Amino acid sequence: MSITKLSMISATAVFMGTTAYAGCGISSGNVSILGNEFAAIQAVAEGAKQCAGDGVTVESNLNKDYRELQVAALTANPAQYTAVTTTNAAIVPLLGDDLIRPLDDLIAKHGQNLSKNQMITVDGKVMAVAFMANAQHLFVRKDVLEAAGVDVPTTYEEVIAAGKAIKDAGLMEHPFATTSKTGWNLGEEFVNMYLGFGGEFFKPGTAEPNINNEAGIAALNTLKSLTELSNPDYLTFDSNAVQASWEAGEIAMAHLWGSRGTGLLDNEGSTEEIVSNTLLVSSPTVGGGDIPASTLWWDGFAIASNISDEDAEASFLAMLNGISPAVVKANNDAAVWLVEGYEPSPASAGVFATAAGKTKPYPMIPFMGLMHTALGAELTEFLQGSESAEQALADTEAAYISAAKEKGFLN
Amino acid sequence: MSSPANRSSRSVVLISSAFVLVWVVIASFPFIWTLWGSFKVQADFFSKADWRYALWGTRTLIETGGTFTGAGYEGAWIQEEFWRAAINTMIVVFFTVVISLTLGTLGGYALARSGHKYAFWLLMIALIFRAMPHITLVSGYLLPFFEWNLWGHLPTSIIVLVAINQPFTLWMLHSFFLNIPKDLDESAKVDGCTQFQAFRHVIIPVMWPGVITTGLFSFLLAYNDFAVTSMLLSEENRTMVPAIAGFLGSTLEEGNVMFAVAAVVSATAPLFVLVMFFQRQIVSGLTAGAVKG
Amino acid sequence: MRHKTFFWFILPSLAAMILFIALPLVSVVVQSLHIEHEQVIVTTENCGPFGCTEESSVDTEATAQLRAEQPLGRFAGLSTYFDRGHLATAEVAEAWRTQDSFGGFLSELYNLPFYKALAFTLTYTFLVTPLVIVLGLLIALGVNRLKPVLKGPTIFVSLLPMIITPLIGSLILFWMIDAQGVIGKTLQWLFDDPELSLKASPTLTWITLMIYGVWSSAPFAFVVFYAGLQTVNTDSLEAAMIDGATRWQQIRYVVIPHLMPLVVFISLIQLMDNFRVFEPIVGFSAQANATSLSYIIFADMRSDITRFNSAAATSVLTVIGVAILLAPVLLRTWRDFKGKAA
Repeated sequence: MSITKLSMISATAVFMGTTAYAGCGISSGNVSILGNEFAAIQAVAEGAKQCAGDGVTVESNLNKDYRELQVAALTANPAQYTAVTTTNAAIVPLLGDDLIRPLDDLIAKHGQNLSKNQMITVDGKVMAVAFMANAQHLFVRKDVLEAAGVDVPTTYEEVIAAGKAIKDAGLMEHPFATTSKTGWNLGEEFVNMYLGFGGEFFKPGTAEPNINNEAGIAALNTLKSLTELSNPDYLTFDSNAVQASWEAGEIAMAHLWGSRGTGLLDNEGSTEEIVSNTLLVSSPTVGGGDIPASTLWWDGFAIASNISDEDAEASFLAMLNGISPAVVKANNDAAVWLVEGYEPSPASAGVFATAAGKTKPYPMIPFMGLMHTALGAELTEFLQGSESAEQALADTEAAYISAAKEKGFLN
Repeated sequence: MSSPANRSSRSVVLISSAFVLVWVVIASFPFIWTLWGSFKVQADFFSKADWRYALWGTRTLIETGGTFTGAGYEGAWIQEEFWRAAINTMIVVFFTVVISLTLGTLGGYALARSGHKYAFWLLMIALIFRAMPHITLVSGYLLPFFEWNLWGHLPTSIIVLVAINQPFTLWMLHSFFLNIPKDLDESAKVDGCTQFQAFRHVIIPVMWPGVITTGLFSFLLAYNDFAVTSMLLSEENRTMVPAIAGFLGSTLEEGNVMFAVAAVVSATAPLFVLVMFFQRQIVSGLTAGAVKG
Repeated sequence: MRHKTFFWFILPSLAAMILFIALPLVSVVVQSLHIEHEQVIVTTENCGPFGCTEESSVDTEATAQLRAEQPLGRFAGLSTYFDRGHLATAEVAEAWRTQDSFGGFLSELYNLPFYKALAFTLTYTFLVTPLVIVLGLLIALGVNRLKPVLKGPTIFVSLLPMIITPLIGSLILFWMIDAQGVIGKTLQWLFDDPELSLKASPTLTWITLMIYGVWSSAPFAFVVFYAGLQTVNTDSLEAAMIDGATRWQQIRYVVIPHLMPLVVFISLIQLMDNFRVFEPIVGFSAQANATSLSYIIFADMRSDITRFNSAAATSVLTVIGVAILLAPVLLRTWRDFKGKAA
């Protein structure tokens, strides 16, 4: 994120202060927001704060580690925070412990401007309101692909072939990179690939793991072919590392978060040649499947259970003001907004293409997080070549089972 | 230092000076590199394209028009209001050190003067306490702190830091008090002082070197703490280290690494001053205290 | 000192420790003996911006009932301690039965997260601790011989690695050792290997972490030893000189025995801190090749779903590990204490 952009956000927030207040319609109540810390959420929180005044207080605590705090903070009665920003993964513990309230009545009363697809419903009840989307998708360097004589890949098989072509042409030694750092990132790559192969993580209707199968092995082998085209440091690659490599012109294809698009397309840290040749395209399909091997993510907000109805209403209204068209307009490029009035920017092209391909959303399953953690920890040895794919998947299932037993999902 | 024992041959002097020189380079190089790099743009700081960019500021020249830029400092201090974190850190560190030392001197003195077995066991249990991973302790605090509305405030963090540092403080001060001759306070007691009066009038005047040394270690622990402060402080009460971590961004969202680098350099600067100022005391305090175990 | 006086002196300190360390410790132990209630899983239709899917959810009402009855969860005894994520007794026994060679057994053992972490933790502890002591002593001896005017600045520079937050210090070094970074490039040039990367191979990652460990802890040993050197009795050194002792013999027979209590002090602190090695693993993104007990705890606490019971069990095992490591030193202190008391 650039300095200029941040100051723009705060400047517009100040400017909006004069116009937005009247629209909130809160008579009284205390609003306090817990959330992640990045430009788009900061803008939303600033927007919500415009509702403060006249018996209404709006406070926010934006922290990268908000997920560590949310369960304890909302379990307390009354809850420390009335509203939380959340995602399809972060919402799971809140749902499991009944810490957020259904929003149907509030939406009926105040949510006329929300569109149907912003509403996150669980078992028919709206539990959260989404306001932005994200997905991993493919970034390619047009010039390098042309020099190697290959088209923009649409499948992972083509990505691997293109990578080899670039390598053989002597253009780049390690043409591909993705966020393959051991832990959450690597787990996410497997999740993407496995869904691309049409895999199901659990036996239907149960918490029994179901990954040690053909789809799982195929997903692992594809990941391995990709890492062979990556820099040998790939097990330390997070988004920051991939982005830095891209901006230095070291890689020609990257499977990276759409939220990084703005940073890659700005003129900071990179040369004109690299920026002008950067294409943001859909995440590739794999193994003849028809959906991209990626997952769709949303960011949204939810309202705490353990608070008074008055505060809940005030919080809901303040958050609505935070995602009002005015805020979105002022921060158009900070995210891929799911809100009316958003003008798709060049940086959002990849996310839209990926979503248009009917990519699956990241599963909102109570025990998915345990599976994800197990994957992130147990797949490394296979990629390093010291373990078979079957063994790696068996280890993952074993690690998952002991975690799921402890959490009461399995017996 | 002119005693014959310390006189030695030219070659020994040469080797030992060369060794110290190598160590000084190894110890300081990352700091000098970071200090230099903090005045560049991110592309030069990481210098993925060519490591020499970091030296000459090639990208900095292209992006800002000069080979040095204060953008990182400006961004961290003015735009992101890092000074708030600096003030919070000062408050947390000051009170942590003062309270730690007050509790620690009383307790350490008692442990040193008590010949009873339980004093020993208390010390040992305190040491085992020190082995508890902080991250586990801290997550145990979260729910009660939220329930009782204690979470997020500076005093809560201060008390927690004091408690977590107590075992180390007690132990260092205890070994320091062991080295103050027992006769001093015993004779005061013979003269009719209570134990506390003896402590106040006889021990306090001579304990400063040990207290200053222990204080410096407490200072470093509180100043560098991440586990406690990152989980127990709200955004407006955040101290420097979590604030720096906040600049680094997350998986999905880009942070601003140069703000973090500038903030790291800024956060280290007061320590330079402190160490320069207190280095004589650190050494003399240790000499008087822990040396004898 | 009388019991009552002792009590009043120690009370504030003791109260702080009981409230914020002992009580949480008890709660950690209790939680490590429990697991969560059986969760009632139902299938629901969930919708969002990207369409609707049939997914599993927790039936919160049914689960809440169970929770209200037993807030701690189900009592599980030591079962968490023995599961695959911890001591893995069943898996270890299985490996012992099925593997013919000891090597095969070890590699099976290394495949289990706890033992993998333990392997690195112990290697790190037992290599870094002595190296820190030796390096600290050498620096202290070297600095002690400098001209007085140079001593101040040298002490100051020597303390630098200790005063930076480990999490950030290791991150900065991680950037520098990148294959494109200044240290990475220098090493490639030194070893004449343009593909050399400290991040890629397990062995090099271990070495990097340990060098970082020595670098960041040596100043602590240095400053303690340097202080100790100021009290070496010059008479004994002179006597040794007159007896014709060489420089090395003086150090070996006069200086080192004098510093022995300090070696114990530093070993104690360093064993304890190194056994809990954590920040460098995160800072150097080394979790692919090296994990430690503290890292496992961190991973349990900071994953998508917090596993507090599991983290609690690992924490208790860590404390037990530290107690075992320190036992020899503690015994020695106990003998000293009895000697003094007598």
